[in-house]
This record gives sequence, structure tokens and C-alpha cells, in this order.
Amino acid sequence: MNIIDARGLSCPEPVILLRRAMASGEASYQILVDNHASRENTTRYAQHQGYQVSVTEAGGVYTLTFTK
Amino acid sequence: METGVKLTKLASCAGCGAKVGAGTLASMLEGFRTHKDPRLLVGYDKSDDACVYQLDESTALVQTTDFFPPIVDDPFLYGQIAAANALSDVYAMGGEPRLALNILCLPEQMEEDTVRELLRGGYDKVYEAGAVIAGGHTIHGAEPIYGLAVTGFVDPRRMLTNSAARPGDALILTKPLGIGVLTTAAKADLVPEPVLRRIHRQMAALNRATRDVMVRHDVHSCTDVTGFGLLGHSLEMAQGSGCTLRIRTADVPFHPEAWELADMGFLPAGAYRNRDYAECGVEAGAVSRTMQDLLYDPQTSGGLLLALPMEEAADCLRELRAAAPEAAFIGCVTERGENWIVLE
Repeated sequence: MNIIDARGLSCPEPVILLRRAMASGEASYQILVDNHASRENTTRYAQHQGYQVSVTEAGGVYTLTFTK
Repeated sequence: METGVKLTKLASCAGCGAKVGAGTLASMLEGFRTHKDPRLLVGYDKSDDACVYQLDESTALVQTTDFFPPIVDDPFLYGQIAAANALSDVYAMGGEPRLALNILCLPEQMEEDTVRELLRGGYDKVYEAGAVIAGGHTIHGAEPIYGLAVTGFVDPRRMLTNSAARPGDALILTKPLGIGVLTTAAKADLVPEPVLRRIHRQMAALNRATRDVMVRHDVHSCTDVTGFGLLGHSLEMAQGSGCTLRIRTADVPFHPEAWELADMGFLPAGAYRNRDYAECGVEAGAVSRTMQDLLYDPQTSGGLLLALPMEEAADCLRELRAAAPEAAFIGCVTERGENWIVLE
């Protein structure tokens, strides 16, 4: 699995990183973000690319898993 | 002019998207001692665009300030946009700006030529507005910041607050939405050059001509649509006026390129703050998430939102379009219903 650590980054950086990673077209990705806007924006991007999204939260860090 | 260091890379958030949320501000200012002055016609408690202080029967002072981090990389354009945005608050009150003070924060690494270009942009817009930059204050800091404190005048009998809309009024918006999304996506190089040129032109455009048309009509209420987005500023107008605003979303002008970019997640953090602040007053019905995103999108140097009698609206809109070709009717004002804002 492709894991992207986008903690400490604000928008649009996490989406840019995700977009760059998803260019390789793999079946699953994971991204770590630590703010609400980044969680929502990366979710929107992944859905737009046709991925299913699941989210877990621990200690203010959201782990988003995208699968096709 | 493009410079060695990209201006927008020096800023953690762009333009009016940097604005602190409306709810945050209101709670921070609670409980402070303030003098009561009957000549202060519009003060902080009104959540309006500028304060208004009566000098005599026909003259009132209008004061406002606005500043933000770079929203574009060209320093001249950044100066123009920041100045147009600051001046707009005076226009939104129906006033005319006369004096301005520069507010400037410079990181050490900014080159002298860049600073000069930035200031030239500010002077250019203030000149176009017929006002004078009379001074200012400059400090060093981690991120660039530029804006103005602006003083203008208005006839207090004709001032336009954001809290005087009446049931039966039509609503007009004078500039298309989507600026926050497009400037965010521009950081990912996803906005084509012609679209960038279009939004740059829009942000640098003064709301002066719009104000000049507006004061010739019986406009009841006005606000400029900036950092809180259309719905944040509409909520202030609805609550201040004690009315419900009904917005026909199909008629709201926006830059079409912003739609897919919003859907792809290129939303500024301010759009989420605006949603958190205003959502409880909005009945969204079946309006799509993407449309809502654009309605919450923070605008930099946005257009004016006008409430005026339905029978005047067509004439006013026709005149407005000479200055603001994308101005449109976007809805109407009704008696207060269950929600402050209803989206259709």
C-alpha cells in the first residue's frame, strides 16, 4: 500500500500529494492528515477518481484509506 | 512581474481565505467595556462592512481596514487586488473613499523591486478610486501582508447597511463566485492561463462603478461578498434585517471551471469554516454539495450583494451590467421563516 504522510500540511498540499501519488493508478492508497479541511478535500479527490473512502481518527490524526 | 521567490509560496493561506471565522471573532469580543456614542451609526455589533460615524446632518465618516497574504505571485497585481478589496468596504456602505493608509508586512527575503511593485499596485487602485494614500505602517514578519485602512464619506441618510433588506426585495450579486477554489487550484497549477487572467481582472476590479449605479436606485441593503462567502455574508444580511433570503442557486453566477475543481477537493480551508459558521441557518434542500461548496467559497475582492425593491431591480441590473457584466438576480427577500436562508 502507498502511504502518504500529509500531517502538518494545509490545503491544497495534501490533495496535490495525493494527486501525484494516484497518477500511478494503484488499487489502494492511505493518507494521514491532521485537519478537517484536508480530510474532506482528500476524500473529495479520491471519490472523484473513483475510489472508496474509509476514515479512522486517533489523537487528531485522520487516516484515510482509498480503495478501488 | 514574476519574482524569484513565488509570493504565494510565502503565505500559508491565500487572500480572504485567511480571514478568521465570523463565529470566532464574535465570541472573542464579548464583554469588553466600550463607550456609547450616538454618532456611531454603524459599529462592531452590526457585523457590517465598515463603521459609520456621523459628522453632521449630511456627512458621515466611513472607516474600514482589510489586509491579507499574497493571493497571486505578481506583486503589482497583489497590490491592486488587496487595495480593491479594502476600498470595497466603503463602496458597500454606499460611500466614497477619500484617504487610505498602507498596511504592510515584509519578510526579510522580499526584494526591494518586489515591494515597490506591490506598493505601485496599491497606489494604482487608490488613484483609480479617486482617493489618496496619506501614510501607512510597515513591519518585518514571517509572511507578506498587504492592505489598507480606508476612510471615506457617505450621506448618512443614504448609507447602505447590511441589515436593512425588506420582504419583497430582489437580490442581485455583481461578481461571479469561485475565486477561493480557483486560487487554491492555481497552487496545483490546474487553472489554465486565460481563466487566471479572468479571475485576476475580476479581483482587481473596483466596486466603484457598481456603487455609483447603486446609489442612483432605491437600494435598501448592501454588503460585499468576501471572506465569509456568499452564504456567510447572506446570513449576516438575513439576521441583521430579520428576514429570510431565498437564493435560486441556478441563477447564482460562478466561474464554470470552479465546479469540477471543487468536486476534486480544491477547496480552501475557509470554505469549511464558512460552512461551520453559517450552515445552521441554511436550508439547503436538494442543492448539490458542489453547488453549496461554491456558495460557501471565500471570495477575495468579491462583488456586492444588493437588496432592492423588485420593481427597481430590472433597471438597476441593466445599468449594473455595463460595469459588472455578470451581475445577476439570485433570489429574493421574504418575511422571516424557519431558516435565515433557503436555497432553491
